[in-house]
Amino acid sequence: MISLAGRDILHAWGKYVLTGLGLGLLIGVTLSMAGIYRGMVDDGKALLANSGADLWVVQQDTLGPYAESSSLHDDVYRALLGMPGVARAANATYFTMQVRKTDEGGGETDVRAMVVGFEPGQPGEPGYLVAGRRITRGHYEAVADIKTGFKVGDNIRIRRDDYTVVGLTRRMVSSGGDPMVFIPLKDAQEAQFLKDNDAILNERARTNANPAFNRPGVPGLAEAVEASQTSNRHVNAVLVQVKAGESPEAVAQEIRRWKHLEAHTVEQMEEILVAKLIATSAKQIAMFLVILAVVSAAIVAFIIYTMTLGKIREIAVLKLIGTRNRTIAGMILQQALGLGLIGFVVGKTAATLWAPVFPKYVLLEPGDAARGFAAIMLICAIASTLAIRAALKVDPAEAIGG
Amino acid sequence: MKETLGISIEGLSKRYGSGDTAVDALKDVNMTVAPGEVVGLIGPSGSGKSTLLKCLGAVIEPSGGRMTLGDDTIYDHGWKIRDLRALRRDRIGFIFQAPYLIPFLDVTDNVALLPMLAGRANGAARQRAQELLEALDVGHRARAQPSELSGGEQQRVAIARALANQPPVMLADEPTAPLDSQRALAVVRILNDMARQYQTAIIVVTHDEKIIPTFRRIYHIRDGRTYEEAGEGRALD
Repeated sequence: MISLAGRDILHAWGKYVLTGLGLGLLIGVTLSMAGIYRGMVDDGKALLANSGADLWVVQQDTLGPYAESSSLHDDVYRALLGMPGVARAANATYFTMQVRKTDEGGGETDVRAMVVGFEPGQPGEPGYLVAGRRITRGHYEAVADIKTGFKVGDNIRIRRDDYTVVGLTRRMVSSGGDPMVFIPLKDAQEAQFLKDNDAILNERARTNANPAFNRPGVPGLAEAVEASQTSNRHVNAVLVQVKAGESPEAVAQEIRRWKHLEAHTVEQMEEILVAKLIATSAKQIAMFLVILAVVSAAIVAFIIYTMTLGKIREIAVLKLIGTRNRTIAGMILQQALGLGLIGFVVGKTAATLWAPVFPKYVLLEPGDAARGFAAIMLICAIASTLAIRAALKVDPAEAIGG
Repeated sequence: MKETLGISIEGLSKRYGSGDTAVDALKDVNMTVAPGEVVGLIGPSGSGKSTLLKCLGAVIEPSGGRMTLGDDTIYDHGWKIRDLRALRRDRIGFIFQAPYLIPFLDVTDNVALLPMLAGRANGAARQRAQELLEALDVGHRARAQPSELSGGEQQRVAIARALANQPPVMLADEPTAPLDSQRALAVVRILNDMARQYQTAIIVVTHDEKIIPTFRRIYHIRDGRTYEEAGEGRALD
């Protein structure tokens, strides 16, 4: 039996393919939206995996350090090292800011980045480098994610200090998609908490003017207060690795019970990142996906319906000469599915080609593509029902005049 | 199946609507067309020609009367055949005022489609189509698209399509309307040749004064009734 759908498509293939192309670009946007969501989740998981921690110990009743602010004294890690089941513990700070790069020509470029303070050789340091070396000096060296656009040897400014980029890493981004810049912990503490010179002078004057700090018979009190105001002893989290064979959850429970801190396991951190931190973005993307699906369905329905209306006389003749209704319905359905197939191929190709251009990581998973293909075929099949209904209502008598 | 009786209609009627608004489009139609015979069906607009054609083509159901096709009664105050679609496909050929070829099929496939719909293998269906196209002198356009054919060629392909399943009856609805005298007479000649060759009973609905003198028998239809008269049967050669 002749493929009526195939012949009809070949008869006006240019129009059909162009329509498929248009639909394909729409499908490409849909797949990219799904890819953006997957990228956000994957970024979050990569952040956790690359930190090398089993537990994140943060301020009590907080979801820190990524989802909420958290502040701990930087000597807490010592107490944690004494807990049963804890193998390693290290301080870490996280804050997002504009990192300024000084160009060779003297120009300046701002890059939004998450600055991470870490202790070299401890949990929290970048997992691997793609260029350069690790931080070996105690101050003013940085390792940057390649997405910052920095190169080894670049000079960057973080708050008041200049740093030299000595190494580059990859896939180290915040849940918001900002690339990370790793600097030594002490520098990060200063950068995060230290005030500017004017504020320090102002604070010092206020302290000296306060009679409570200048009481007779208590020498050195004002100096001590001033010293505490200009130094910082806080971090955002302590990253803990548990001993082999130990249950992270059991260790976390002990920390919660005895240290009055919050301890999140990897699973809990994933839950925080995926279900809480990017939940709104996920809903936003889901809304876009629904709208795009409806628009795609409407476009396919309109195109197939218009194509069918243009063939009413031929359909009447086909019915008059004895063509089964299911053959005619099959022809329309195949055309709709063909449109979906072209659209999917174009969309998948387009999404794959433009994914690297996106500023955020776009992860196109084969599973999503398969689900997208099934959804497109379903949408096309549903969209064709309107045209099939119209075709089946055609009276074969229309082929005969009068 | 070898048909021996062509088509026969007795007292066929068709009423549209009911009550005060009822319209009797056909009242008492009687007609017999033998195998191999071509008859004309002539009447003014609104006389019931198209309604009769639709009843004969099993497209609409008559309101009363009897209709036999070959040895089979297909209608006797109700359809006697369940699958009207198969009846139209296998035993009735249609030719329309315009050729109405399927624009996305080439000439061969336009003709081969009917045998294929009837379940014949693609190869056999295409061979049958080629034979008919050769017989109708359009074999050389077998791979052409309908849009590439002249009006006369398109109508010949339409005739080939109508004959594809070798139906005992062919209904032609003003098949020469868009053609000039020469081409119109050529089409009638082809219909006569085909009728003889395939023993097909052909009913030609027409207004065309050019071809009316060619019929040996003519049915006039007026106010839903048919009146038979002998035609001139003018030679076509």
